[in-house]
Amino acid sequence: MNWQWFHRLGSPRWFYEKTDSWLPWLMVSAWGLLLVGGIWGLGFAPEDARQHNSFRILYIHAPVAYISMSCYYIMAISGAVGLIWKMKLPFMVMKACAPIGLGLTIVVLLTGSIWGKPTWGTWWEWDARLTSYLILSFLYLGAIALQQAFQNRDTADKASAILALVGTVNIPIIYKSVDWWYTLHQPATLKIVGKSTIDPSMLYPLFVMIIGFYVFFTLVLILHTRTEILRRESRTQWVKDLVVDNSKSKGEGARS
Amino acid sequence: MKFQFDSLADFMHMDGHGVFVWTAYALVYGILMYLTISPLIQKKNFLKQQKKWQQLQKDSNLP
Repeated sequence: MNWQWFHRLGSPRWFYEKTDSWLPWLMVSAWGLLLVGGIWGLGFAPEDARQHNSFRILYIHAPVAYISMSCYYIMAISGAVGLIWKMKLPFMVMKACAPIGLGLTIVVLLTGSIWGKPTWGTWWEWDARLTSYLILSFLYLGAIALQQAFQNRDTADKASAILALVGTVNIPIIYKSVDWWYTLHQPATLKIVGKSTIDPSMLYPLFVMIIGFYVFFTLVLILHTRTEILRRESRTQWVKDLVVDNSKSKGEGARS
Repeated sequence: MKFQFDSLADFMHMDGHGVFVWTAYALVYGILMYLTISPLIQKKNFLKQQKKWQQLQKDSNLP
């Protein structure tokens, strides 16, 4: 079997050059969808009968929670690919995932806490969903710390990949926690199997936000990976050429 | 589909929930903005630093 395509996929230079033309499209569609969905959810979706207007936090809380968990899987899978095939690019993707995931889990914890105050009357409770989710943010923090703890980059990559793989156990626990220990957090609004418990007028803006956040995640993952590629490949000829080209085009821009 | 509030003040206030909703939205969009801009700034700094480094190497190679 011809494996050339697979190895080309693992080439940082190929990835960097390929994604260059995608960025403006991703940037416009991600921010466009997030703005439309945000305004729809804030002003046009009907008020919830029980939670009143504070339910509008759902539109930012739930989609970010989904992508923060998807981000973890991507981090773990790319770590595994890096370990198995000893490819460079997957480790760069893995490293890029950690700060994004940490940012996203902080968003989810903060918005959840702000939503909890008017709805449950408390900022925080040691509920199963909240606790298992807090562990997810610690796992991201651990991945960042491990990356910085080793002088040798290969060792740091391997240690992070192993932590990421072990931590995947936590994701199904977070997902099922609302069913296994039904204490405070409400069960899932959208169900993959079975009927969702949300009216279409509230559902459509949620769909826009979910798609918007996934496009946004693709965008930031590419952006962070590209920066990591430049750092790690700084001694290669193609990056040196890129620096020269960049300063040339800037020089021309300044003269014109 | 219609706008759910009677006035802008009503929209801001949201029957007392406005402070929670608006704070949450501001936090999220703030962090999203940071996640988008930070790699771009890092790239710019990297290119600037590398350019300086290349210049230094060139200068030290001169007879």
